[in-house]
Amino acid sequence: MSKVIERTIDATEHPISPYIRMDRMPHIWCPTCGIGTVVKCYATALDESGIDINKVSIVSGIGCTGRTAGYMNLDGFHTTHGRAVPFATGLKLGRPELLVTVFSGDGDLVGIGGNHFIHAARRNIDLLVILINNFIYGMTGGQNAPTTPITAKTSTMPFGNFERPFNIPHLAASCGASYVARYTSLHVRRMTKAFKEALSRKGFRFIEIVTPCSTLYARLNKLGTGLNLINYYEKSSEIRNGVDTRDIDISFQDKIICGKFIDEERPTFLDMMHDHYKRTLGDRYVPMSNEGGMIRE
Amino acid sequence: MKTDPLGVLTGEHYLDGDYACGEGAMAAGCRFVAGYPITPSTEVVERISQRFPMIGGTFIQMEDELASMAAIVGASWTGVKSMTVTSGPGFSLMMENIGLAAMMETPCVVVNVQRGGPSTGLPTMVGQADMMQARWGSHGDYEIIALCPESPQEAFDLMTDAFNLAEEYRTPVLFMMDECVGHMTEKVVIPDPDKIDIVPRKLTRAKPEEYKPYLVNGNMIPEFARAGDGYKFHTTGLTHDEKGYPVMSEECQAVLVKRLVDKIRLNADEIAKYKEDGVDGADVVLVTYGITARVARMGIDLARKKGVKVGVIRLQIVWPFPEKRIRELAGKIKAFVVPEINYGQIVLEVERCAAGKVPAILVSHMGGGVHNPEDIRDAILEAAK
Repeated sequence: MSKVIERTIDATEHPISPYIRMDRMPHIWCPTCGIGTVVKCYATALDESGIDINKVSIVSGIGCTGRTAGYMNLDGFHTTHGRAVPFATGLKLGRPELLVTVFSGDGDLVGIGGNHFIHAARRNIDLLVILINNFIYGMTGGQNAPTTPITAKTSTMPFGNFERPFNIPHLAASCGASYVARYTSLHVRRMTKAFKEALSRKGFRFIEIVTPCSTLYARLNKLGTGLNLINYYEKSSEIRNGVDTRDIDISFQDKIICGKFIDEERPTFLDMMHDHYKRTLGDRYVPMSNEGGMIRE
Repeated sequence: MKTDPLGVLTGEHYLDGDYACGEGAMAAGCRFVAGYPITPSTEVVERISQRFPMIGGTFIQMEDELASMAAIVGASWTGVKSMTVTSGPGFSLMMENIGLAAMMETPCVVVNVQRGGPSTGLPTMVGQADMMQARWGSHGDYEIIALCPESPQEAFDLMTDAFNLAEEYRTPVLFMMDECVGHMTEKVVIPDPDKIDIVPRKLTRAKPEEYKPYLVNGNMIPEFARAGDGYKFHTTGLTHDEKGYPVMSEECQAVLVKRLVDKIRLNADEIAKYKEDGVDGADVVLVTYGITARVARMGIDLARKKGVKVGVIRLQIVWPFPEKRIRELAGKIKAFVVPEINYGQIVLEVERCAAGKVPAILVSHMGGGVHNPEDIRDAILEAAK
């Protein structure tokens, strides 16, 4: 028996409303979609970390997750499909004092944008990249993704997927990311803590959040609703910090290994560049200032 | 304002067009470049990567041209003057994010040192066959500004115009060089910094709580806020209203796209830049650009020796097209002659503007070399009959 809970929420009183463009609510995400949970945790992390919000930019690409940049009350850039990471790279290098977060879906980040993802990790460019992985292309109607587990059904693999999916934390780690973690949207406290921690780190920080897509992934695979997927996360996820990322592939409705896998301070692209030019050019080196390369009147 | 002297290598130099283009960018205040190697354009970023560490600029070699274009759009939102450099195949890859720059109204400059195409074509040899791609290459309706230098000196000089126009109209500006101009070495005079006028990024003075990123008051160019200044603005490649918020409606589409086009189309006369020689009283007028303008000069001289009254319009800015001037001339002359290193691109635009009053005659070279001046002479003589 379902119960209807009657209550009204005053938008202005919601604890994260200062971080949300309330004039754009309601959002377009489906009931029991996991993206909103991740946004809430990110906003909470920003709030608790006490960083200067004016210096935070959010960049996203295309797809359901791509809409995040438009809903958060930050300098927000909703760019082209797959290009959030290189766009964010330009933003960071143009004004190094900015704190730039990329919100990207699985198709956006490692499908069409995969090349940028590995190169940004290789350079250890100073970006926090939050991946919302729902195993499917949601916005376009449930097509196969580079993350779809084998045998899962999608609208372009109607008889079940036979392509091997990416193990994205392993991809990020092997390319040199300085922070790598994975949680599900069930793990709101751990996720918030990881966002907070990653916000305080430098370099290429990658956090994957496995989230339910009830409208397409759950429906096409007869898995119930988003709530059933949350139940599955509760049953099948396992926290194993520091585990070898080679061992954390996700199979269909199987175990999801979560935790913090990498947390190493490594020199960032800008650290390397400054050190190298100082060493090779000495006094002749004129670095771009932290406030950026804009020429003022 | 006068440019930042740090970027200006004042003096007389012997430079190829690619190096001169790089020097022009630095003199114009460019301080962020993202690029990917491609012949015959790579020398531009090689020059820049050598000098940027000494002038406060950042160069990054990205993983491909898609990334390069996306990075310069991102960088421009911090107020820095940004640029990328490529040739045909890379230009094709940049198209989607050129559209993003047009839609978000992001000032930036894209250099295309043209080679023979289609596809891989003639990587080390000249072409002028991307002129229509420059105009129409990204999907949807928008207008673009494109410049075309004929020499290393002009590759330097016109870079200031390119960056200034990008700022004035908040638009990507395309710098359509060709392999010949890029690789020819000539004397280039770089003036004192106080002789170089640049348009800085004009930042809004509105209060953050009152600021709307795409509000236009009377003129057609919205005020700019840079990332990190507390404006908390939103910008998107989706059709958007004056707040920058996506609005999926016919009405919003009409207002936005009309303005994106009109801000350039209605200012075409203001933007136009061309040089004329002997046009008044001419029977035949050549319309030329890039390296072909220089080859055509000899063809014109040869035709003049035969007694033909021939003038020339050399386009320094090709897009927006100087439609008004071509229409005026169409009523007064016998024919236009358009030599170009392609199978007919700008000739179509001349023909459109001539509107059937006089013919526009193509003198085509298919690429990999330049015209024989005699072929241009013969076309002029034929046109004058």
